[in-house]
Amino acid sequence: MSAPGTINAGYLESLLAGQPHLPVSPLAWLNALRAEAVERVGALTVPTLRDEEWRFTDISLLTKMPFHPVRTTISLQAADIGRFYIEEAATRLVFVDGVYAPQLSSGITDSGVAVINLEAGFGAHAAVIEPYLGRLTEFRDNVFAALNTAFLHDAALIVVPRDISVAVPVHLLFIATQKDVVSYPRCLLLAESGSAVTVIEDYVSLQEDAYFTNAVTEIALVDNARVNHIRVQREGAKAFHIANCAVSLARASNYQSVSVAFGARISRYNLNVQLAEEAECAVDGLALISGRQLADTHTCIDHAKPHAVSHQMHKCIVGGSAHAVFNGKIKVRQDAQRTDSRQSSRNLLLTSKAHVDTKPQLEIFADDVKCTHGATIGQLDNEEVFYLQSRGLSETAARNMLTYAFGAEIIERIPISSLKCQLEQTVLEQTTTQS
Amino acid sequence: MIYQDSRLLLEVRGLCATVNGTEILKGLDLTVRSGEVHAIMGPNGSGKSTFSKILAGHSAYEVTGGTVMFEGQNLFDLAPEERARAGVFLAFQYPIEIPGVGNSQFLRLTYNTVQTHRGKEELDPLEFDDFVREKMKLLEMSPDFLERSVNEGFSGGEKKRNEILQMAMLDPRLAILDETDSGLDIDALRIVANGVNQLANKDNAIVMVTHYQRLLNYIVPDYVHVMEAGRIIKTGGKELAFELETRGYDWVGVEHKAATRAAV
Repeated sequence: MSAPGTINAGYLESLLAGQPHLPVSPLAWLNALRAEAVERVGALTVPTLRDEEWRFTDISLLTKMPFHPVRTTISLQAADIGRFYIEEAATRLVFVDGVYAPQLSSGITDSGVAVINLEAGFGAHAAVIEPYLGRLTEFRDNVFAALNTAFLHDAALIVVPRDISVAVPVHLLFIATQKDVVSYPRCLLLAESGSAVTVIEDYVSLQEDAYFTNAVTEIALVDNARVNHIRVQREGAKAFHIANCAVSLARASNYQSVSVAFGARISRYNLNVQLAEEAECAVDGLALISGRQLADTHTCIDHAKPHAVSHQMHKCIVGGSAHAVFNGKIKVRQDAQRTDSRQSSRNLLLTSKAHVDTKPQLEIFADDVKCTHGATIGQLDNEEVFYLQSRGLSETAARNMLTYAFGAEIIERIPISSLKCQLEQTVLEQTTTQS
Repeated sequence: MIYQDSRLLLEVRGLCATVNGTEILKGLDLTVRSGEVHAIMGPNGSGKSTFSKILAGHSAYEVTGGTVMFEGQNLFDLAPEERARAGVFLAFQYPIEIPGVGNSQFLRLTYNTVQTHRGKEELDPLEFDDFVREKMKLLEMSPDFLERSVNEGFSGGEKKRNEILQMAMLDPRLAILDETDSGLDIDALRIVANGVNQLANKDNAIVMVTHYQRLLNYIVPDYVHVMEAGRIIKTGGKELAFELETRGYDWVGVEHKAATRAAV
């Protein structure tokens, strides 16, 4: 056994083993991008507790698992996955262990809107993809993003042309079906000037053994575009989930995101948002974990230009001997005068062994800004419990209701009612079994 | 109102209690019969609110002596929720806000929980909606109260109305109103008092804990008790409240001390 925090030699090489078998892309720049990513994987190492950005999150367990890329894809029927469908989101791309499943998908190619697998976009959309794919994510310094990019093949591609509003939400469903498999989900969303779209990025599992999801999402909002991004991480209980998401907001664009993390043994979500003039974002999150789960959310909201607004509310509900981590960096650059930024990290510990590390971080280089942040860690308020008991609810029912309410405040911000109900039900069940 | 055939509801004898080691109640006696309206008045710090919270079962207070019988049952044998189901209701001075829980969902859950324990039928959401809207008329509440989170963003008056709405739903035997008049403007006070008056009947009883006489113009008590230093030191009819309003509390204490000395 190696000590915690140390990484088995040869781990990254073993992950890269399947990479040369990827089909060559007709796009030379894409092949070059992958090659560069392979090279970066060779140069980088797996982070350990000694890395500042990973000091609360021990992923040595991950590196002891022999994950390999998917060898044979499992053919699923709609009936197998129907329970994951979201009523309002008829537009759907399904990926099984990272591989695009056309028979389960119902994309769009209509009046310039594209919701398709990346390969299908090479013809009509290659020129618009190139400036963004692999450019928004800083994979050169991030070994997991580099690995994902090295394996870049199937990917969800969403292109919304100028001034078009896509009425129906888009559901990107990533399904894990096999144990010991590593998959590399990838999304690219390009919202052109004045366009609007709602996207649900959803990670689910049909099995309970260990597997590894290593995802990268890139979202570009051109001037005045609006994107609603809902991210649901409900992986299997033994899964490893590491994801990087980079969002770039051009002038006066608006990005609303709600991300929830319920699943996985160990999960890490890095979200980087960069804002130009007058851009606005709301970035909200909920981690609801128990048992021995670890859920880590690292966000960086970068105010690069003046007059931008960012609001963030991140909540963790931690039961069992689980461990939640939140690191929320707000950067306000010298040029970003009149920035309005508000951040709040609220954490609820349900047991004496539950653990949370929260670290709000403000880096302000402009002098005329309005920035507030705060963090709280606590247990349920006894006065609130007493109030509910005095109305006839048992102490357990009272605690469940308050725990549920704590989480529901984030879930309520999801603008899709069937998904909201589904997730509220999950919160209800989780908070009921934990007491 | 005092009825001939009333039943004994609450009997408090020599109640002593501490919070964080400090003695707050020092031998409190009180008897409440069905149909009666009681007002407990007294200066700040006399133990009025402590007494109401102890009746509801708040765990921060430790009972160190005395007995409380409610309808022949030892109240201290019951957990707070069991007291609520048995018919004790406390309207809070500062009702708690619960963001994330819809008022209607909360009201229905509490109603159905209490109904089930009383061996009565639960109401489904549609039936409950009719039921609660009827009760809301009593308090002149607009239906959009149901859509909001419990007490979140409610004004002081709205919170108090929501408390009395819960009283109306849960149909308690003993309703304790803790400073229900605080933070109410005159219109809200009238509405809340009117609601309480309509709920009072010969089978239940109301104990109002209040600092001011104002509320008693609207909910007329049968008995007025003056509390000081953890004890009830004087009991009278509604006219005692007027006397307190004009003369303050000090004279009651002086009179009580004189009487105690004379007895020794």
